[in-house]
Amino acid sequence: MPNSLLHELVTLTTQHFFLVGVSMLFAAIVAIPLGIILSWRSGWRDVALGVVNVVQTIPSLALFGFLIPIPILGGIGAHTAIIALVLYALLPMLHNTVTGILNVDAGVRDSATALGMTTGERMWQVELPLAAPTILAGVRIATVTTIGTATIAAAIGAGGLGVFIFRGLAAVDSMLLLAGAIPAALMAIAADRGLEWVERALSRH
Amino acid sequence: MTGPSSKASGSQTSRTYAAMSLVSFRDVSLGFGQRLILRHFSLDVEVGETLVLLGRSGSGKTTALKTVNAMLLPTTGAVLVEDRPTTAWDHIQLRRRIGYVIHDSGLFPHYTVAQNVALVPHLEKWPAADIEARVTSLLQKVGMPVGEFGARYPDELSYGQRQRVGVARALAADPPLLLFDEPFGSLDPVIRLELQRQFIALRQEMRKTSIFVTHDVREALFLGTRIAVLLNGSIEFVGPPREFLQASTPEACAFLSCLQPLEV
Repeated sequence: MPNSLLHELVTLTTQHFFLVGVSMLFAAIVAIPLGIILSWRSGWRDVALGVVNVVQTIPSLALFGFLIPIPILGGIGAHTAIIALVLYALLPMLHNTVTGILNVDAGVRDSATALGMTTGERMWQVELPLAAPTILAGVRIATVTTIGTATIAAAIGAGGLGVFIFRGLAAVDSMLLLAGAIPAALMAIAADRGLEWVERALSRH
Repeated sequence: MTGPSSKASGSQTSRTYAAMSLVSFRDVSLGFGQRLILRHFSLDVEVGETLVLLGRSGSGKTTALKTVNAMLLPTTGAVLVEDRPTTAWDHIQLRRRIGYVIHDSGLFPHYTVAQNVALVPHLEKWPAADIEARVTSLLQKVGMPVGEFGARYPDELSYGQRQRVGVARALAADPPLLLFDEPFGSLDPVIRLELQRQFIALRQEMRKTSIFVTHDVREALFLGTRIAVLLNGSIEFVGPPREFLQASTPEACAFLSCLQPLEV
């Protein structure tokens, strides 16, 4: 592998990592608190989950396309890609947060209330710790899919490993294709294993 | 309502012990939508007694229990705890003064036995040394010495052991009142008897007032100092076990017939 390609590989991998990392961070900041609120409000729950479900069905290339003409939020570059990736990550994170909290044993929840925990104490000391493995499973699913989806972000100039893939497609160069696809796959496997380990550590009481 | 009404039986003692009522249900009705779970439910619980609410499933006994610690609020009428309506209490303060044990113990699965028992003292910000001393003494009392069980998690205990820990947790902050919602319901008969005996021993030692929900007539007779029979959200009969054995109201008789040996 020529040195310049190796150098570019490092740059693009870093970009890719950054795209996914920032997206996951924003998605978690939105989805986890929103999921907590939705676990209290059954009325809003179906509406919100319905909306993120619909977002999920938009093909990613199309979603990137839709965002380009939108002023401030959209345009060409990494920030547009991050918005799209956040939107995709909302569903698994939101869904798992709501499910995790609602699945806390009713007897445990009742006892917490009956023994005089405030809503906040119950949330922080009982519901969230018990829901944590499920919430983290949502983060894991979102991360692994986003690592794949983020390769398409190169189409709107966001960089990342997709640059190799698009270039490889254009040049019909399978080595370039692999130079993009293999690191992305390895990153996905590493994220999956790493987060699975954290998940297991959390469910061990 | 047939038989001695709750009000009539309460009035015999109300003059002498009026100030001693720890809990007082005053014409409580409670409904969810169109369905009334409690209908004009009136009852006084005196300091130091173990009042058993005996009834079938759906008779409203658990609902009645949950109005005491403001888990549910009456639609009409009032529940007074220490002469103050539950609606006027700060619910958090009220609940921390009332121990609560349910049938599947409701222990926190991510807390150790010791942490579970320490819950309310911890919420009340007791000094750490006091909490530790309290946990040690309570776990000893329920036969689960802290050295052996303190660091275990609920899923490492048998069902009966979890119920013991549940009782210890309810007693932790030394509440004057304890609520039991069929705590021994799913135990095998041998362990159940053991826990019932322990309940009586603890009662003699700690002198708490308890409201105990059950559908088991033997348990009601064994543990209750007074038994209230519930039917469709109202009290059909209330009186001490000796009177209950002579009761002639239909639902009381239905429960008493469970004591007869089966005709084979």
